[in-house]
Amino acid sequence: MNVTIRVWRQKNTEAEGHFEDYEAKDLNPNMSFLEMLDVVNENLTLDGKDPIAFAHDCREGICGTCSCMINGKPHGPESGVATCQTYMRSFNDGDVIVVEPFRAKAFPIIKDLVCDRASFDKIMQSGGFISIRTGSAPDANAIPVGKEVADLAMDAAACIGCGACVAACKNSSAMLFVSAKAGQLNLLPQGQPEKDARVLNMVATMDEAGFGNCTNQYECSAACPKAISEEFIAKLNRDYLTASVKSVFKPKPTTMV
Amino acid sequence: MNIFQVLFQTSIGKKAVMAVTGLIMVGFIIGHLVGNLQLFAPPEKINAYAHFLEGLGPGLWAIRAFLLLTLVLHVWMAIKLTLENKAARPQDYVSQQTLRATYASRTMRLSGFIVLAFLIYHLLHFTVRVEGFGTYPHTTLIDGTPVRDVHTMMVVGFQNIWISLFYIISVGLLSWHLNHGLVSMFQTVGFRSRTWSSFLTKASVLFSILYFLANAAIPGSVLAGVVKIQNPEVAGYVCPAKCAVCEAKNAKT
Ligand code: HEM
Ligand code: SF4
Ligand code: FES
Repeated sequence: MNVTIRVWRQKNTEAEGHFEDYEAKDLNPNMSFLEMLDVVNENLTLDGKDPIAFAHDCREGICGTCSCMINGKPHGPESGVATCQTYMRSFNDGDVIVVEPFRAKAFPIIKDLVCDRASFDKIMQSGGFISIRTGSAPDANAIPVGKEVADLAMDAAACIGCGACVAACKNSSAMLFVSAKAGQLNLLPQGQPEKDARVLNMVATMDEAGFGNCTNQYECSAACPKAISEEFIAKLNRDYLTASVKSVFKPKPTTMV
Repeated sequence: MNIFQVLFQTSIGKKAVMAVTGLIMVGFIIGHLVGNLQLFAPPEKINAYAHFLEGLGPGLWAIRAFLLLTLVLHVWMAIKLTLENKAARPQDYVSQQTLRATYASRTMRLSGFIVLAFLIYHLLHFTVRVEGFGTYPHTTLIDGTPVRDVHTMMVVGFQNIWISLFYIISVGLLSWHLNHGLVSMFQTVGFRSRTWSSFLTKASVLFSILYFLANAAIPGSVLAGVVKIQNPEVAGYVCPAKCAVCEAKNAKT
């Protein structure tokens, strides 16, 4: 099959970007979207031109490195998959496919289709540690966790931190990501001691990074390759408001560390 | 962080202010609607009700101030959040699909601001009663108390088709606003979950439709001639010789 890709080219963060069209010819429909980009890049390189910069790593849907807004939807037309697991068979022969980077103030574009998602790392860091005994492996069932809670926590833990939620959100809000990351720990007994501090700090870091505010439209979970539910956002709201009220009234030790 | 910083400076706090002020206003508009439906009873009813409200004096002013504060906070947060959201994506996509956001949710700002414009007009029309915006007659209750004739004021207002249409469109937009607003409110304060999100959505739609129909019935039935002017002076007709209202009044005095 043959397609035309209309790709956003931008030299660096400061440069003005623009679209350029490239022909991708004789593709196998079972190639992944990234493999198609590889083919285009190979030809560009042979022609002595600058290949298209795009982010990728595992290429099996687990690392969250690949991105791209493909025809106006993060990770392309299918649902529940990342760009690396989007295949050319999802497109039609002769299609013009528009490829843009994820756009958000908190995700500055580094080059072409690559944006800097370090603000997610800052949010994770501000979430801090959990108090568990390290050292030798603990007894497997020492802390009982209900099956439903474990499953729900596992759903949240499926987040690969790709940023599609931010990219899809009309407000560039990072609520789905933060709610998944905070939620997975807040649900489990191991996450209880630092629960309040975790939500307060993660939300504060999220606000600081310049993400927008959620308007409860749930474009995020529709775009999420792991289909994380907006239910976790409700949980984050609840946990955050509770933690805020508690932190206002809670007695504080005289010497703060 | 103190509580004001949480409520006015954090993303979730600002949203909570939107939700709580929205909820207060929803409570108010339900009460307001029930009050207005008294238009379908004899004029005595709504006129006495209005008289009772005015009789609250400082209490009425306290309620008004509280509602005004609620509205100001709601609109202020709406503006603040919207500006922040615009700033969060300095360069827009060339193409972006809408995946599942409802039409109502994407027009909250528009519906909200048109409702605000309506609200200003509405207050000038019926609360401030600006001369020229309407007719503001007086009458007496059965016990002889002189009161403003709210019944006639409303009927005269709604006999103008343009005013009626404006009211109907505006309550339509308000219902539209609430269609998303109500479910959204539950999500914002964290009370929406997979288990009952579908019920919540349906309940919001049902509430919005009922709220719209009940409101639209008021100007609608005036236009249809079901509710008529009953103040003889304003209606311009002479009292019939034997009239139950006057007889009742005369019997009292
Ligand atoms: C007068 C001008 C108004 C403006 C400019 C306005 C604007 C807005 C905006 C922008 C939102 C946020 C929507 C979102 O997060 O997606 C909102 C939410 C809401 N509004 Fe209004 N609104 C107005 C009046 C009202 C009135 C009169 C009511 C109720 C009677 C109301 C009830 C609500 C509710 C319940 C919400 C949901 C809060 C939430 O998302 O948690 N609004 N409004
Ligand atoms: S919540 Fe979904 S879309 Fe957002 S970062 Fe995690 S995996 Fe990606
Ligand atoms: S490259 Fe790892 S998730 Fe796509």
